[in-house]
Amino acid sequence: MDRALLVGLEGLTAGFRGLDWQHAVMIAVGCVLVYLAISRGLEPLLLLPIGFGAIIVNIPGSNLMEPGGILRTIYDAGVATELFPVLIFIGIGAMTDFGPLLENPRILLLGAAGQFGIFLTLLFALALGFPPLQAISIGVIGAMDGPTAIYVTSRYAPELLGAVSVAAYSYMSLVPLIQPPIMRLLTTKDEKMIVMPAVRATVSKRTRILFPIVVTIAGALVAPQGAPLLGSIMLGNLMRESGVVERLANMAANELTNIVTLLLGISIGATMEAGRFLNPITLAIFALGFVAICLDTVFGVLFGKLMCFLTGGKVNPLIGAAGISAYPMAARVVQGEGQRYNRRNYLLMHAMGANTGGQIGSIMAASIMLSVVTGLGYG
Amino acid sequence: MAIPVTAPMVGKILNLVAKPGDQVNEDDTLIVMEAMKMEIEIVAPSSGTVTDINVAPGDSVDPDTVVAVIA
Repeated sequence: MDRALLVGLEGLTAGFRGLDWQHAVMIAVGCVLVYLAISRGLEPLLLLPIGFGAIIVNIPGSNLMEPGGILRTIYDAGVATELFPVLIFIGIGAMTDFGPLLENPRILLLGAAGQFGIFLTLLFALALGFPPLQAISIGVIGAMDGPTAIYVTSRYAPELLGAVSVAAYSYMSLVPLIQPPIMRLLTTKDEKMIVMPAVRATVSKRTRILFPIVVTIAGALVAPQGAPLLGSIMLGNLMRESGVVERLANMAANELTNIVTLLLGISIGATMEAGRFLNPITLAIFALGFVAICLDTVFGVLFGKLMCFLTGGKVNPLIGAAGISAYPMAARVVQGEGQRYNRRNYLLMHAMGANTGGQIGSIMAASIMLSVVTGLGYG
Repeated sequence: MAIPVTAPMVGKILNLVAKPGDQVNEDDTLIVMEAMKMEIEIVAPSSGTVTDINVAPGDSVDPDTVVAVIA
């Protein structure tokens, strides 16, 4: 009887006995993410559940990611099936105002230029020896669009999902620190001070309604594999702009997005098991992700300079930095930088146009890669 | 000469920094508005005296709204 009691009590120490330095490091990493979310406000909606997921999945014996474990069940239901990113995109579409982009459609070009970093980073990753599907997933960090990165990675390199997701969301939250030095370096003082006229709402409701439909049809025809991403964000936007399903649009922008964000965050955190996360590949992914966001910013600003030249100085090149996705953070950075050099410079709405163009650009970039990969027979 | 100050973009007035009668310098903040969840400072286009503030906190504005006048 005493012996049976002792054996039973031993079960209470199993967690401690199974704890090694790798688990401890990952629990500490989870705590740091939670700290950054709470104390520094860095992407708290995602980094908090991701950090907490990383903590509990690294408790020895919790078996949360074993078959039948609760986090495995959530992961299999929503991440492995690519369902969560698609549902979040419906919410993002319901929240996004494409008005500034429609007022000045040429700004969409900045959203395309802001995606060059994806492709260059993809080449760097290939050069470092990553297999093609992993290289694509790493390059997509440069989309600066969390759901897109998660969608592509869960499809082609699920073993990298934790590292890619944490890198994507961490760098998105660091956009206000990463972008300004690049913007200052690449533009002259005169360029920074260029004032752009106020964006007035002249686009008709019909255009706003037709936009998501036309973009979905055209984009999906060009890159069919991206139809779930493009279609879901445009469905959300159509619900918003139509004005006839306000309940659905509000639900998508609030309840749906909130619930799925929680489940997505904790599922991603659960992929950060010590054995899978603590390796040189994770460090390489973080390094390449950083290169991707820097290159996106460089190409966005350089294209902004080209537009400035071609328009005779009517476009402030700073708005090119918003051509990366990271909506709406990158646009706010542009507004801050513009007003830093000219107090009467209000670039926010122009940058929002470039920023929403960047969202479309990042989805199209991912869609093109998905379609090319499928065409090559990998998918 | 009266100089109208217009809102730079669509948004909502958050708070009034200047009031009628205040002497302001060029680029001084007159009003703080909110757009896309970001605080935007509306600044004086030139030095002078604020003669009118036409908005109140909570008001919605667009780029044609004259929010203040400086003389």
